[in-house]
Amino acid sequence: MKQGQFEQLYQPLWQVIELQIIELEKPEGKLKGEELASFASRYRRLCHFHALAKDRHYSSHLVDKLGDLVVRGHQQLYRRKQPFMQQFTSFIVAGFPRLVREQQSYIWWATALLYIPGLLMFLAILWQPDLVYTISPPEQVSQYESMYDPQNRVLGSARDSETNVQMFGFYISNNIGVSFRTFASGILFGVGSIFFLVFNGLLMGAVAGHLTNAGFTETFFTFVVGHGSFELTAIAISGAAGLKLGYSLLAPGNLTRKESLKRASKIAIQLVYGVIVMLVIAAFIEAFWSSNNILDPWQKYLVGGFLWAIVIGYLVFSGRGLRGETATPATKDESGSARG
Amino acid sequence: MLLDTRQSLETPEGALLPLTPAGFGVRILAQLLDILIRFGITAVIFIILSLLGGMGVGIALILTFLLEWFYPVFFEVTRQGRTPGKKWMGIRVVNDDGTPITFGPSLLRNLLRVVDFLPMLYLTGIIASLCNRQFKRLGDLAAGSMVIYEAPPAREPNFEVRGQLPVPADFSTDEQRALLAFAERSKYLSAERQSELATILQPLLASKDPVIAIKQMANTMVGKH
Repeated sequence: MKQGQFEQLYQPLWQVIELQIIELEKPEGKLKGEELASFASRYRRLCHFHALAKDRHYSSHLVDKLGDLVVRGHQQLYRRKQPFMQQFTSFIVAGFPRLVREQQSYIWWATALLYIPGLLMFLAILWQPDLVYTISPPEQVSQYESMYDPQNRVLGSARDSETNVQMFGFYISNNIGVSFRTFASGILFGVGSIFFLVFNGLLMGAVAGHLTNAGFTETFFTFVVGHGSFELTAIAISGAAGLKLGYSLLAPGNLTRKESLKRASKIAIQLVYGVIVMLVIAAFIEAFWSSNNILDPWQKYLVGGFLWAIVIGYLVFSGRGLRGETATPATKDESGSARG
Repeated sequence: MLLDTRQSLETPEGALLPLTPAGFGVRILAQLLDILIRFGITAVIFIILSLLGGMGVGIALILTFLLEWFYPVFFEVTRQGRTPGKKWMGIRVVNDDGTPITFGPSLLRNLLRVVDFLPMLYLTGIIASLCNRQFKRLGDLAAGSMVIYEAPPAREPNFEVRGQLPVPADFSTDEQRALLAFAERSKYLSAERQSELATILQPLLASKDPVIAIKQMANTMVGKH
């Protein structure tokens, strides 16, 4: 068949499929029913025409034009579903705690890296108060002191709702930023995550130890006990996700390092989804509950303990009873199809 | 085409998708544009919301946080892999299999941006991207994504010569492409250089003026008269 004939005969078909592709490429564009069902078979015919044109040495202009349509068609036909938003609830109820349990070796390591240096620092400062200045510059230390000084009560009931919203914004941007960095730097063979975990642990221990020496225990611990449950756990989990990236590079097993990293990241990023949600909750508690000083300390400790119980109970038990779903939702992404 | 950076990706239908990975130069320009846009938005947010006192500052902090971390994710997921800066430079992010990037990989590659930036000015990312054929920075390696050039939109070709001449039947597709490329680029070449190049083909073409012959063949290929 001559090229001219070929073009004349099939031009209308190409135009139809081009219109379909353009429709699918629009953000809101959708093909309905019949049209959508016919897209796959039309696309395969297009691939066939492209191969024919190439094989018969038709002019490169035609081959390239068909080739361009094939690329665009491929992208629409095989585009991955974006299941995150739809499956959000099931992820929160079951997927995330299951994933945490499945990856618990990393979680335990990260928890140890956060709390053990913190505890050691705390004890060291009770014994040698000046050690606080190895972690924090003096101005920072006196700032912590004034924040939690019972005489000042700046965090107290005097704080109005406007300041609460301002602090909420600050906690969101600061804490989630810290956890993102803790996670991301894990790709440097885990070193970054270890650094951030240990450093945050040390800082936490230093501040707690110093304020205990200063006798501000009540203001400090009633403030942190509530949101600490969500915040510290979330930081530990983001560190664990970072350690997973690092470990996948250090010990790839039978895979290439590249492939090993790719597979580990697919799981690690899902831990980060959960961390984001936990940190938003933590920021909310920190801004609107922790700063509230109307209540007695025992009430704050009670609620704080209750929140810790919720976090631990959630991660340990949630999603155990549900059957029929795998714990690793990594395979969810792979079912490809055109949007319908 | 051995020197080309073009990669071919085989699809289930047996078609070969040509993808051209984008190097760090063009990506840095795209990133600079995005930074400027983000900077502009941040300034506007703070100017407007600072009028609202503490409440406004809180909201502004949340918005700038979202802008810092989720600006690229938002555009990559909803605009088929193009942030405004990338769109401007004619590049886009795709998954390894050539499909538009999805939420998970996009979030991952943008979180890992902080590591690629280390120790300064994306040095880690640049070194990483020079170590593999797809110019992937660490974030791309982990997320299984790559940045490619968009196919330029088809232009109306004009070779400044009238008439058609049949293309010899034994020219392969790549050889035809070379003829077409010559005709397209001839407006950037001096007349002497054109005839110098075209004369190489004289034994095959056997025509009086090889430059015109090639352009007429190009006319045939694109269907112009």
